[in-house]
Amino acid sequence: MIEATQTKKGTDPYLSSFAQLQKELEGKQPPWLQQIRKAAISRFSDLGFPTSRQEEWKYTEVAPIRRTLFRPAAYEPNGLPTERLTGLTFANLQCPRLVFLNGHYSAELSSLKGLPETVQVKSLAEVLEQNPDLVKPHLTQHAQYEDHPFVALNTALIQDGALVHVSKGEVIQEPIHLLFLSTAAEEVVAVHPRNLILVDSNSQVTIVESYIGLHKGVYFTNSVTEIVVAENAVVDHYKLHQESRKAFHIDTLQVHQDRSSSVRTFNATLGGELTRNEVNVVLDGEGAECNLNGLYLISGTQHVDNHTRLEHAKPHCDSREMYKGILDEKATGVFHGRIVVRPGAQKTDSKQTNNNLLLSDDALINTKPQLEIYANDVKCTHGATIGQLDPEALFYLRTRGIDRTTARSLLIYAFASQVVNRIKVDLVRTELDDYLFSWLPAGHLVREAI
Amino acid sequence: MLEIKNLHVKADGKEILRGVDLKVNAGEVHSIMGPNGSGKSTLAQVIAGRESYEITDGEVIYQGKDLLEMAPEDRARQGIFLAFQYPVEIPGVSNTYFLKAALNALRKERGEEEVDAMDFLALIKEKMKLLGMDETLISRPVNEGFSGGEKKRNEIFQMVVLEPKLAILDETDSGLDIDALKIVAAGVNSLRSPERSFIVVTHYQRMLNYIVPDAVHVLYEGRIVKSGGKELALELEEKGYTWLEDKTAAAVNS
Repeated sequence: MIEATQTKKGTDPYLSSFAQLQKELEGKQPPWLQQIRKAAISRFSDLGFPTSRQEEWKYTEVAPIRRTLFRPAAYEPNGLPTERLTGLTFANLQCPRLVFLNGHYSAELSSLKGLPETVQVKSLAEVLEQNPDLVKPHLTQHAQYEDHPFVALNTALIQDGALVHVSKGEVIQEPIHLLFLSTAAEEVVAVHPRNLILVDSNSQVTIVESYIGLHKGVYFTNSVTEIVVAENAVVDHYKLHQESRKAFHIDTLQVHQDRSSSVRTFNATLGGELTRNEVNVVLDGEGAECNLNGLYLISGTQHVDNHTRLEHAKPHCDSREMYKGILDEKATGVFHGRIVVRPGAQKTDSKQTNNNLLLSDDALINTKPQLEIYANDVKCTHGATIGQLDPEALFYLRTRGIDRTTARSLLIYAFASQVVNRIKVDLVRTELDDYLFSWLPAGHLVREAI
Repeated sequence: MLEIKNLHVKADGKEILRGVDLKVNAGEVHSIMGPNGSGKSTLAQVIAGRESYEITDGEVIYQGKDLLEMAPEDRARQGIFLAFQYPVEIPGVSNTYFLKAALNALRKERGEEEVDAMDFLALIKEKMKLLGMDETLISRPVNEGFSGGEKKRNEIFQMVVLEPKLAILDETDSGLDIDALKIVAAGVNSLRSPERSFIVVTHYQRMLNYIVPDAVHVLYEGRIVKSGGKELALELEEKGYTWLEDKTAAAVNS
């Protein structure tokens, strides 16, 4: 009877993966993590996969993930020649990088040349084996798994990912690229990357986290990244998602900010069949500010769900949020922007914007701002738009001799560029621009015009 | 250059133009005047190719070709330019990019080489000077945050860069102070030539002091009810459009 229920919930294969992993890690992992894993897998087993009856998952149906039997990815970290990365969007940014192949660190593909010694950039698996105390105060302490089955699953199955630790007062000029590659073609695999980024006080760092599928395989990425930002530190985080068009991608970015810290995030979703991006930020010190940005550019039957949760826990914090979506063909999207202002978080200043451009009659977006304000001296605004290309603007451009296709492409590019221009790292902005030019029907003409 | 014959146009099921006839020869400046709602802007937009109007009858021949069969961009490439009454704001598209794309589309059509960035910059600097435009406007998004006067001036700026064969000015003078008006007129006059024609749609006679027309037509309730020389504009200014209403009423009654 119990077995039947479990099968229906689809959690069984993951429970086996967990048991298998436990065997492999026997005697090789710190007891504190062992305990957390056990709690997390039990939570996952209790919660099961979310259904659309749950408010948080109302417009995103994860049944295809539940129904697919994924296997843990094999460990073959050196199974890819570096040349394979040439020409892939986001794969070949010229900056220090840690590369993970199907979730496992690949020393061969990684290069940290140019990084100062004051920043530690390592494989988490290595750190857990050699120096687990370094990560103990933070790993799994920020991304809550009690109510989130995917975070629970990731937590239970932590194996590898990146650890970045920037020491006090250090300014790291070069972006650090964390590159997650999937080579899944025929094999149906699941990976659960786990990243921890610790940024000490008065320091500064830029992280680029990208997920790229090399083949058109069906696979499942279930990633969690925790960023802990100490007082007066500055962090730029870019997440670029160009997974296979058949891939499932569930990601949680959990940010904890201390006093006077500043965080800017950018989430670009281009690939994947089913994607859920969660960005949760806790502004937990006075004078902290954060700026969340996102662009989703989807077509076919792609589905992208962006969930953001901004928690103003302390007074005098500012937050800005701008997400823009371009949906073509039968693509569907969700934007759910939640802002919580805790009691006492006075002088909160928060502004949220979500704009959507629907390029076809079949594309669909559900956008939902959600403000929960428990303080009385705050400024919170939100605005969401859903629209098509402005016919007036289109006509105006055409009366100047610009053909319809180019005019459309120019307007779509302009729409996207309002958020793309917020990218401070030239390497990333150029890559994204290039992608846009290749995506747009008259992109090469737009590129020439610009 | 342009010949409009018995043009009937509907918008939202309502007949706006009810048989317009107009002939504009190369090198001529024609002014179309009339009260609000007489169909002036509709006529301008139909020539430029707005697709939301329904042409129920008549024809428009431009340089021997059926204009109504052509897409707006093709009309532009054949030398038609409309200075909009309400120029559209296009966030995210800079004036420079936009105008360079437009100019190159036109040059390509004419079999000329595309201008490179340097030559283009030199060209627009010269034209901006001519129109007394603030150089910062060019790097800003098209019309975004421009004042009413800046938008109108930007239309004329585009016109002098694109050098059309037939330019239609749709109430470009409305809302301009006298200095801005003189600048706009100077821009138009700098382009006047035996090969180029203008249709100046206006509500007021004032601009015609600076852009002297060869002919003035009065559009009223979707028809051209009176045509004459530049004196007609003065007469209208003096007597007002009610004079026409009385006349039309008298004509209908008789």
